[in-house]
Amino acid sequence: MKASGKLAVLSLTALLVTTACGNGGTAPAAQGPQPLRMSIWTSNEAHLKLFNEIAAEYRKSHPQVGNITFDPIPFENYTTTLTTQIAGGNPPDLAWIMENSAPDFVGSGALVPLKSKIENAGELVPAATRLWERDGELYAYPFSTSPFGVFVNTDLVKAAGQKPPRELMKAGQWDWEHANEINKAVAAKGKNGFTILNFDYKAWDNLATVWQGWGAKAWSDDGGTCQFNAPEMVEAMTFVHKAIFTDKSMPGPGTAVDFFSGDTTMAVAQISRAAMLKDATFKWDLVPLPAGPKGKYAVIGQAGIGVLKKSPRAQQATDFLAYFANAANAAKLAAYFPPARSSLLTADTMAKTSPMLNGDQLQEVVIDGIQKGVVKPAHAGQAELAQTARAALDPLWKPEADVKAVLDGVCAKIQPLLGG
Amino acid sequence: MAATDLGDRVAVRAATRRRTFWTIPRRDALVGYLLISPQLVGSVLFVLLPLGLVVYYSFQEWNVLAGTFEYAGAENYAKLLADPKMGQVLTSTVFFSAGLVVLNLTLALTLAILLNQRLRGTTFFRTLFFSPVLVSLVAWTIVWQFLLQQDGGVNGLLGVAGVEGPNWLRGESTALLSVIVVQVVKNVGLNMVLFLAALQGVPRQLYEAAQLDGAGAWTRFRRITVPQISPTILLTSIITVVGSLQVFAQIAVLTQGGPGMSTTVLVYYLYQQAFQFRHLGYGATLSVLLFLIVAALTLLQWRLRRKWVFHES
Repeated sequence: MKASGKLAVLSLTALLVTTACGNGGTAPAAQGPQPLRMSIWTSNEAHLKLFNEIAAEYRKSHPQVGNITFDPIPFENYTTTLTTQIAGGNPPDLAWIMENSAPDFVGSGALVPLKSKIENAGELVPAATRLWERDGELYAYPFSTSPFGVFVNTDLVKAAGQKPPRELMKAGQWDWEHANEINKAVAAKGKNGFTILNFDYKAWDNLATVWQGWGAKAWSDDGGTCQFNAPEMVEAMTFVHKAIFTDKSMPGPGTAVDFFSGDTTMAVAQISRAAMLKDATFKWDLVPLPAGPKGKYAVIGQAGIGVLKKSPRAQQATDFLAYFANAANAAKLAAYFPPARSSLLTADTMAKTSPMLNGDQLQEVVIDGIQKGVVKPAHAGQAELAQTARAALDPLWKPEADVKAVLDGVCAKIQPLLGG
Repeated sequence: MAATDLGDRVAVRAATRRRTFWTIPRRDALVGYLLISPQLVGSVLFVLLPLGLVVYYSFQEWNVLAGTFEYAGAENYAKLLADPKMGQVLTSTVFFSAGLVVLNLTLALTLAILLNQRLRGTTFFRTLFFSPVLVSLVAWTIVWQFLLQQDGGVNGLLGVAGVEGPNWLRGESTALLSVIVVQVVKNVGLNMVLFLAALQGVPRQLYEAAQLDGAGAWTRFRRITVPQISPTILLTSIITVVGSLQVFAQIAVLTQGGPGMSTTVLVYYLYQQAFQFRHLGYGATLSVLLFLIVAALTLLQWRLRRKWVFHES
């Protein structure tokens, strides 16, 4: 080998050895107060201020804990970013977890057991903890249990000469058929009818806020059998399809809709959206989801906080979470995140923390919703299931779609993923 | 005395050996390697090492949440061969890349020829067509997302002309076409500038001689322009083919791979598998496939250059 060749090989070898050593080096033992990091998806200043206040209070009695950082990650790619951090060897100590990835996090054993650490865990509403439990153990604290309701632009309803939903509720007529008639009438006057926030013809799990009224489910309770082509689901989806393409009471795919600007009659959304109506230029109301053929129902969206087993400070993180979630702090957090503690689920307590909503709205939508609600569909491997079902549902969003055939197609695609 | 002589002799011999080893070519080589070492370090750390790791990961089963990392042999490659979605993914990739490359190169060359004319306002149009290259990719795509809505700006313009536009991002063929057009309009300026530079390097006397011989515009383009700028055509086609296989942000923002799987091209599918579905081993296998496709296409173009690139023997 020529001299230059030998030098090249030598340089490369040295470089690779340096790289390999750099990777395998051991970090020096940590000294002094240990920092904690919690990944969250809110960057709302008021939320962060409250979190920091709770953390500062905790540190006063726990000098061994250093800075507690709340690390916001954008909502759209939250779970993807979180798992990439874990894969990259940089996991947070604590993490908010969305309901749709709960089965993956809880089932994989990625989280630290919490039941014995959470103060008065027995008062957590069972409907709110079901998703976060396995074999009787609690793996995440359900810090936000937010029911879906219907925000109504009562000005648009009135202008279309329709009865407002609250009147229909008193008459026992608040159901999807009547809701559709109102939206059809408003749409005929050139405004948008009803929309389901975040659905956008992609996030189909939000349609559970409608199909639950027909008693439909995405899959069986044991998660093993697809139920998209069950008669209840076909009826519910036929209703949605007719609303979009025949009645025009629901804006079609590819249409930009914004309830909060005042050009849409009704929006199915979680109650936390009430904050966006602070400066609304129109009159609005919040009512429960309309009844379906199977009667009244409620759907809730959830978020839990878990401690990652991979965290080198898992014990400190668990201790902090126990403090963060105690009854006193849960009452403070209830200002923004509906609690799952039954002692806090009273109209009087909630009224103090949710000034945008009145007593009736809190009782009907929030308190009843949390106690009776069904959580949006969640399954192990949800991301792949969601994507596969989204692709299979796309043919439904065309005027000429054969609803039953499309839903049969959805089951054909997702059944192998359900493991049945 | 004897001991001193021996010591001197050893010292002289060692100095001679050092002088013999550090010959001028060796010193030159050392200086050369030191000069390229920053680039070399970068290439090893950020190209070769990740490439090697991707191949390594493709033989593993990595469950990020459970924290397991196990050797899976050729399991991921067997899964690749049996994946029922691969047919659709590769079809979308072929249509997307072919559409993008043809449209980009044709439009870039056409614009370059038009802007190579000695006419008023050409500087303004050159700037106009090149400016999208400088715009943030995601911002550009988000604006187009609004324009391509059912009731967006594109259909608004078509409506003025009495044409009812389709729901661009919701139809399978129109969604693919939309992503191609958004990408072409964004990047056509770069190829246009390269073509323009090449066109300005073609000796004018060749055109004058051809004109004297009675050659028409098409013949001059085919017989003079194309051969003369063929090295640039080779360069732009390699860049565009490779680039077309790496388009990700536009799909992530505009369609997320839909409707159906019509815009799920290979790079987006591997993102889904690796990061959304957390099948990191399989995602790495798809990355190896993408690397092989890019390498094969580049090699093919490089080999074929002898047949059509002027100045190449």
